[in-house]
Amino acid sequence: MYFCTDFKDTVICSKMQRKTLIRLLSVLLFIGSFSAVAQDEHTEDAKEVLPGSKTKKEEIKEFINHHLMDSHDFNLFGSTDEETGETHHYGFPLPVIIWDEGIHTFMSSKFHHGENVVESNGNYYKLYHSKIYRTDAEGTINYDEKHHPTNVRPLDFSITKSVLMMLVTGLLLIWLFRSLAKSYAKNGSIPRGIGRFFEPIVLYIRDDIAIANIGEHKYKKYMPFLLTVFFFIWFLNMFGLTPLGVNVTGNIAVTTALAILVFLITTFTGTKDYWKHIFDPLGDGMPWAGKILIYIILVPIEILGMFIKPFALLIRLYANMTAGHVVLMSLIGLIFIFKSWIGGPLSFGLSFAISLIELLVALLQAYIFTMLAALYFGFASETHAEHEAHEGEIQHL
Amino acid sequence: MTIPSIVGAGLAVIGAGIGIGMIGGKAMEAIARQPEAYGKIQTAMLIAAALIEGIGFAAIFAG
Repeated sequence: MYFCTDFKDTVICSKMQRKTLIRLLSVLLFIGSFSAVAQDEHTEDAKEVLPGSKTKKEEIKEFINHHLMDSHDFNLFGSTDEETGETHHYGFPLPVIIWDEGIHTFMSSKFHHGENVVESNGNYYKLYHSKIYRTDAEGTINYDEKHHPTNVRPLDFSITKSVLMMLVTGLLLIWLFRSLAKSYAKNGSIPRGIGRFFEPIVLYIRDDIAIANIGEHKYKKYMPFLLTVFFFIWFLNMFGLTPLGVNVTGNIAVTTALAILVFLITTFTGTKDYWKHIFDPLGDGMPWAGKILIYIILVPIEILGMFIKPFALLIRLYANMTAGHVVLMSLIGLIFIFKSWIGGPLSFGLSFAISLIELLVALLQAYIFTMLAALYFGFASETHAEHEAHEGEIQHL
Repeated sequence: MTIPSIVGAGLAVIGAGIGIGMIGGKAMEAIARQPEAYGKIQTAMLIAAALIEGIGFAAIFAG
């Protein structure tokens, strides 16, 4: 131990004290982590005795995988009885609508989370890994060599968790922005309530995304889509951070649909100059015979580019949101891995920090999706004359 | 997952990280040099970072 007798030594002394404190803390941490590992090994040994039961790590992995998928019922939380091993789910069921030579509708509560076989108009259905399969009366599912089910999958139009959240978000957007639009008429061009928060964002999208990328003359045509897609993605990203546990924008089907919309709009609003840029990028600057050799390579690349642009959009949004959810849930899973006093504070601190980053990412991904969509629309709608004018501007600067 | 694919994905992520870092650094230099062009530089920076990030994610999925 150090004692400070002289005033002069205080600075050095406090440094030394800090050093000892750090040493003490690191020793404590070391011991704590060691005991955590020891406990973990101990429980895994205990689990090995019971065949068929899962280790904690596998259970967490399964839970995360389940969360990333769409599900047929809205599960808020669940608990497992330690003694009987029964799992109780708390939440509400959602309607199942399937097309299998005729429409079958029933509530998803009939599946009992995959335990029961449902009979509907003479056909039997069973839930396996959140997907519906047609089975026989006993509910047998046949597998191929890679353990994939070979049963028939009927066309599934169910109102699943993601579909429900998209409908809720859609209605929320309609309600919010209708009230914003109405308050302009009523209040003499001044928004009221929550509209005051959204007005600058709408203006930002108009001035800094649409006008900046598409141009003064044509941006109006694209504004409805850009605003809708921005707020839709942003709201769904934010819903993903709530304890509701929804993962809509981290679902590749949803982002694919959004990217297909961008692709269709880009393709169908493309001007003559846009297509000329793809099929004849060199223009009149080169003799006809010379261009052919270059175009054998260049034109396929340009055509590929048409598809790669929206593909990058869908992968970016999907991967960002999925990665965010996986990181957050793994950090929360640390509690169950550590099983000591470190687990709680560590997991809380890390997941709190990541949540703050995720708040930023939720907005940033919505912004980037809108921004790049506007950029692609700008390419598509640009005419030759404007292009020349822009180039002149850059040279002038 | 095999070990080469994991290592490859890791290398690609290192590359993407270096790329995004360089974009961020250069953008800051540019903003310091020309503070009035802040908005334009930021937009260009985000687009470039998003494109590189896309490559990083593609590598992770391939890996």
